[in-house]
Amino acid sequence: MIPGRGGDPDDTRWCFAQVKGVVEVNVTEADIISTVEFNSTGELLATGDKGGRVVVFQREQESKNQPHRRGEYNVYSTFQSHEPEFDYLKSLEIEEKINKIRWLPQHNAAYFLLSTNDKTVKLWKISERDRRPEGYNLKDEEGRIRDPATITTLRVPVLRPMDLMVEATARRIFSNAHTYHINSISVNSDYETFMSTDDLRINLWNLEITNKSFNIVDIKPANMEELTEVITAAEFHPNQCNTFVYSSSKGSIRLCDMRAAALCDNHSKFFEEPEDPSNRSFFSEIISSISDVKFSHSGRYLMTRDYLTVKVWDLNMESKPLETYQVHDYLRSKLCSLYENDCIFDKFECVWNGSDSVIMTGSYNNFFRMFDRNTKRDVTLEASRENSKPRAILKPRKVCVGGKRRKDEISVDSLDFSKKILHTAWHPSENIIAVAATNNLYIFQDKVN
Amino acid sequence: MECAVDAQSLISISLRKIHNSRTQRGGIKLHKNLLVSYVLRNARQLYMSEKYAEIYRMQQYEEVMTVCNEIQELDPLDLAEDGEGCCISSAGGEPASLCCALHPAASPPTPVQAAPGCAALHGEEACKEQDFYRSCCAEPYPLPSCDFSPPGAHCNKTTVLDLDTHVVTTVENGYLHQDCCAPPQPCCQGAPVLAKKRKADFAYYAEELPDFVQCKKARSDDFPCPTSEQLDSSSISNLISIFGSGFTELVNRQADFEQSLNGQFCSKQVLASLGAWTRAIVAF
Repeated sequence: MIPGRGGDPDDTRWCFAQVKGVVEVNVTEADIISTVEFNSTGELLATGDKGGRVVVFQREQESKNQPHRRGEYNVYSTFQSHEPEFDYLKSLEIEEKINKIRWLPQHNAAYFLLSTNDKTVKLWKISERDRRPEGYNLKDEEGRIRDPATITTLRVPVLRPMDLMVEATARRIFSNAHTYHINSISVNSDYETFMSTDDLRINLWNLEITNKSFNIVDIKPANMEELTEVITAAEFHPNQCNTFVYSSSKGSIRLCDMRAAALCDNHSKFFEEPEDPSNRSFFSEIISSISDVKFSHSGRYLMTRDYLTVKVWDLNMESKPLETYQVHDYLRSKLCSLYENDCIFDKFECVWNGSDSVIMTGSYNNFFRMFDRNTKRDVTLEASRENSKPRAILKPRKVCVGGKRRKDEISVDSLDFSKKILHTAWHPSENIIAVAATNNLYIFQDKVN
Repeated sequence: MECAVDAQSLISISLRKIHNSRTQRGGIKLHKNLLVSYVLRNARQLYMSEKYAEIYRMQQYEEVMTVCNEIQELDPLDLAEDGEGCCISSAGGEPASLCCALHPAASPPTPVQAAPGCAALHGEEACKEQDFYRSCCAEPYPLPSCDFSPPGAHCNKTTVLDLDTHVVTTVENGYLHQDCCAPPQPCCQGAPVLAKKRKADFAYYAEELPDFVQCKKARSDDFPCPTSEQLDSSSISNLISIFGSGFTELVNRQADFEQSLNGQFCSKQVLASLGAWTRAIVAF
């Protein structure tokens, strides 16, 4: 099987590879992973957590001695990206939780990523240092300044090897541009600009300029009492640098062309599926709110996630989605309880595989689901410590909806709603996935024969 | 995992969420509060439509009673004949059975027979269970008007105040449900239903409706009434039972409503204060 190509998820057998994070009974809130992202080559994997930390893993070079072990991901760099802040003017605390991380393409030896909390986006440079200069003229080895009068000879400093050190430095800080909470960032394919999105506005930035940004979408009504929808996610088109989409809490997606106008309040395309009146309930508005939107790698399709489904849209067809996949429809009758315990507000993300043939999203009880778009088959897998033996094959799980429960099935009422998989990532070219389960990061890969 | 998908509990849960969000770390989450407000709106719409349906039925009852009174006033002899006629033909017609139950028919129907609505609707067990049914089947025949009722008698008076037009509607009804079951006596004599409509200054009625005012003040503080009031539902339930089938669910809801009261709503005046209720919700 060609890595990265889709294929039947039934044929693809997923194995446990690694798990990062500690096992603890009471999870520290700060350790809860809030975002996961591979870089464009898949060499690096970054996670952000609620405590404002970023941990970057790097894949080991594959070893010829152990061909069955594909490169493992090991910690490469850890740094504190954001700290809690206090807005004194509004008497509001600003959470340090990392909402999103996006990698920039690599130009040189250093790696760059954007990370954001509710209010501020930061550009981080992660670089290696394995040499240091020695032999300064004006400084001694401890760094103390020497009296120039004592210098009798001159020498050229040389670089000597040292232990590898990975350091992260904040190169740009993009702040004070958002009144509401930032929910998305997206790097443009021109690699010069990026956008940041909050509940009501989208701003366009130049990566080099931090004191200015351009507002390109503004849906704030003149009278806030007339507010009916908010922006929930936004993303640039992977190839067309003038095109982006944003999703709303009403379940619609708007595609905008920045060439049309400076302010893209008027969309070029509007994607929405009419609501099925037979499914109407108190919670219809909540479950139709889109929590994530992702372009396919090809740029031809869009994927959206709402509370119960994942939908694939063709950019050329606005009236309805191309495909709709039920993630956990058995929750439809439990919406009232899920409203009471706030689970109905959980924002699940969704991802494409490298060839856009399989899509993946998370669910409860540490389950995650994969849907093969070609064969229409789907599979439910679980991220748990019980299946954590190296190269252990993950067994498909099944939720029993009603009637007799078979031996391996789990009933809806036994699901653990505190164990939710909101964030997942798929390697850009291989069948390696990273799944964030609360404070643990699981890495699975397909079985190598 | 089951919870009561009922408008009132959803409203209180939603209000609690909005209140809690004010103290959450990170500031008010606009998206979440917007979604909660949608649930609030949906629950309120259902709640209001149910209440309006009740009022509508109450008004229908009043109209029916007015017609009955007019019929009675015309000619007692004619009425007796009509009454028999209508008793016989009242297989499914609620107003007809109401009329014949109310006025002095020549042949007093037995309790069971004369209460097609009451008995058919709830069955004898239900008759025994609930208070007003107990009074329906057991207690002696009541006096026609609340004003003349002996102390301790089960007298019900419902007052509806429309905040927008300041129209006060008072429905004094004795034991209409009893009329179903007990041997009929001249219950219509004292015109048991007095539909008094009068324009009134709200302040004038402040003393008459102390609970209502208290409730309204509490609501304006963005929180429901702290004190719980027993809903005097028997008056409304009486009306509903007379109209027979189709109202079982509404009556059950009334019972649930009473049970689920936990100080969240001043239920006695909820019916009367629809306008204020709307405004209280809209304030969010």
